[in-house]
Amino acid sequence: MKLRKLALAASLATLGLSSLITAPAYAQAKEQFFPVLVYRTGAYGPNGTPWANGYIDYFKLVNAKGGMNGVKIIFEECEFGYATDRGVECYERLKGKHGGATLVQPLSTGVTFALTEKAATDKIPLITAGYGRSESQNGAVFAWNFPLLGTYWVGADVAIQHIAKKEGGFDKLKGKKIALVYHDSPYGKEPIPLLQERAKMHGFDVQLLPVAHPGVEQKATWLQIRQNKPDYVLLWGWGVMNSTSLKEAQATGYPREKMYGIWWAGAEPDVKDVGAGAKGYNALALQHGAEPNSKVVKDILAMVHGKSQGTGPKEEVGQVLYMRGVLSSMLAIEGVKKAQERHGRGKIMSGEQVRWGLENLDLDQKALDGLGFAGVMRPVQTSCLDHMGSSWVRVHTWDGAKWNFSSDWYQADEKVIRPMVMLASGRYAEEKKLKPRTPEECKQ
Amino acid sequence: MAFFLETLIGGLMAGMLYSLVAIGFVLIFKASGVFNFAQGAMVLFAALAMARFSEWVPGWTGVSSPLFANSVAFVLAGIMMFVVAWLIERLVLRHLVNQEGATLLMATLGIAYLLEGIGQGIFGNDIYKIDVGMPKEPVFVLQNVFEGGILINKEDFIAALIAALLVGALTLFFQKTATGRALRAVADDHQAAQSIGIPLNRIWVIVWCVAGVTALVAGIIWGSKLGVQFSLATVAMRALPVVILGGLTSVPGAIVGGLIIGVGEKLSEVFLGPYVGGGIEIWFAYMLALVFLMFRPQGLFGEKIIDRV
Repeated sequence: MKLRKLALAASLATLGLSSLITAPAYAQAKEQFFPVLVYRTGAYGPNGTPWANGYIDYFKLVNAKGGMNGVKIIFEECEFGYATDRGVECYERLKGKHGGATLVQPLSTGVTFALTEKAATDKIPLITAGYGRSESQNGAVFAWNFPLLGTYWVGADVAIQHIAKKEGGFDKLKGKKIALVYHDSPYGKEPIPLLQERAKMHGFDVQLLPVAHPGVEQKATWLQIRQNKPDYVLLWGWGVMNSTSLKEAQATGYPREKMYGIWWAGAEPDVKDVGAGAKGYNALALQHGAEPNSKVVKDILAMVHGKSQGTGPKEEVGQVLYMRGVLSSMLAIEGVKKAQERHGRGKIMSGEQVRWGLENLDLDQKALDGLGFAGVMRPVQTSCLDHMGSSWVRVHTWDGAKWNFSSDWYQADEKVIRPMVMLASGRYAEEKKLKPRTPEECKQ
Repeated sequence: MAFFLETLIGGLMAGMLYSLVAIGFVLIFKASGVFNFAQGAMVLFAALAMARFSEWVPGWTGVSSPLFANSVAFVLAGIMMFVVAWLIERLVLRHLVNQEGATLLMATLGIAYLLEGIGQGIFGNDIYKIDVGMPKEPVFVLQNVFEGGILINKEDFIAALIAALLVGALTLFFQKTATGRALRAVADDHQAAQSIGIPLNRIWVIVWCVAGVTALVAGIIWGSKLGVQFSLATVAMRALPVVILGGLTSVPGAIVGGLIIGVGEKLSEVFLGPYVGGGIEIWFAYMLALVFLMFRPQGLFGEKIIDRV
């Protein structure tokens, strides 16, 4: 009998002790879920992988520092191989998991087009930093899309500004020929309206040269370039298409110095196989380039890779696409933190609350420096009408071994872009019978 | 005129490169009646092995000579392709003797996925380089005849020569050697070949080995051109219209088919593309092949199958 009482007492004591131990753990178990759509396999895997690694490593860094005001980040990857149908499938599979998706970053313009209406119905913000639909900058119509930092119209506009500067002014563009070698997909077609608008304004000629997926065969394209002799070539490629373009440029003798790639055609996987053959090739930098000396990279190396928690190889930390992933992750997390300022620090945010946070982002230089992004990027300030937040772009040039910045900062010309955004988004609203949000609705 | 010639020459050379991949399809079909969907994956696997071994060999041996590294890598990659061929015969084909063609086709589809996955698992999925010293800069000929001359891509020219040599060697092998004749007999009728004492299993290993070596040569050439990465597996898709057009059982058909497809797609892209929005060369190649099929269903050089009713 005594033994039974002793056993009972011991059991109760154990139960009490364990509840004491688990209580704080239970209190800490606040988790915010981020679905991660990735493509680590397939034709675009070499470009998708470093982005995904950077995106996830930053999550791990934030968790290592205590989470988002105490809320831990949980995430789940879904591989979609840059195929639009599989991307949508991934979104559907993950959107309801772990209490619901905070936001989604599809890293594909095709998937962005496919998800734009779904995300609005599901009330899940779509961040498309440096890609997606250009007219979605207008948050009054595209309430759930956030093309933060820049759209393809921004990229095309800055490319023309830079070329004009090199030529000695916009008036010198008259009669020039600019070829656009583009991935024959929604992504590659995005800059065309802006280029045509600028061509009308300045009197240059735009030659459109589509390249079919995945872009391994471009001989005919570059023979046309050799025949037409454009003054500049803009490269709007992704994956193997970029390095193939550079190799064909070399094989047809087109000067790489006259080539300007969009920021998705300006990373290590695009040039490392071409090496010295790509020397002189320029690409736009979506603010950042390769940033191995930035504080955020040092933090990731120390607190994530240093503890054997790194997602990919240590050597890629700080490379261009890795940094794009880090930036995308940081913007998402700052959106959640901004939402927490309004709806309660340390709380789990819903999609609607996060949308408010993303729409009221105000990352000044001090805040960015504090996060470890000094020298990496410039301030971002979004609003209901401007879901992009900034349009700072630089140019960097491949010297045969590494990327070096070769221009000062540019900003897209709002006078050119804004009317186009309003026209295209207005047309979208009309087509979908959407009522644009009023300033009062935006405050909610 | 100069531009037309340039496009024509470019098309011919691209066509030779397609032929190189197409030959792999033809070899396996000739010997086993199997349409090998894994040919593209074999090209990728072989190129990955070549690229990674040439990178690792200097570290293993302490010899930094690129020629040495490439030679050793070629031998090692060749051995790997032999092992792959042996495993395919042991684990897949041996169990499917006398099965329906569709069953064998599906089996090769499975092999393709396996090879892609295992290849990237062993060797990595980044972009790797094969540097066998192929010249990258162009040459310009007939400069006194045409303004600016006619551009010849040296790399493509050398690749086309290698492809031509390989084709010559394979034609000799099939026509003049006992093994070649045995391969053709097996292709014609598995049971009949077995009944006259041709060892089916050994023949299959041999043909998959030859196809593996062809894939290795194609992988080196395409890998040197494009970099070694997953997209190499898609190059096989460019060779499909070539075999449709040339006929699945003819090595010379693969060459002629390759040349027609190469020239057809380049000329169409350059001269027809601008009127229909461009980017047409891929589907144009298939359309061209389909038009040929309307008149010769067995392909240009394929064997006409006549069944007794």
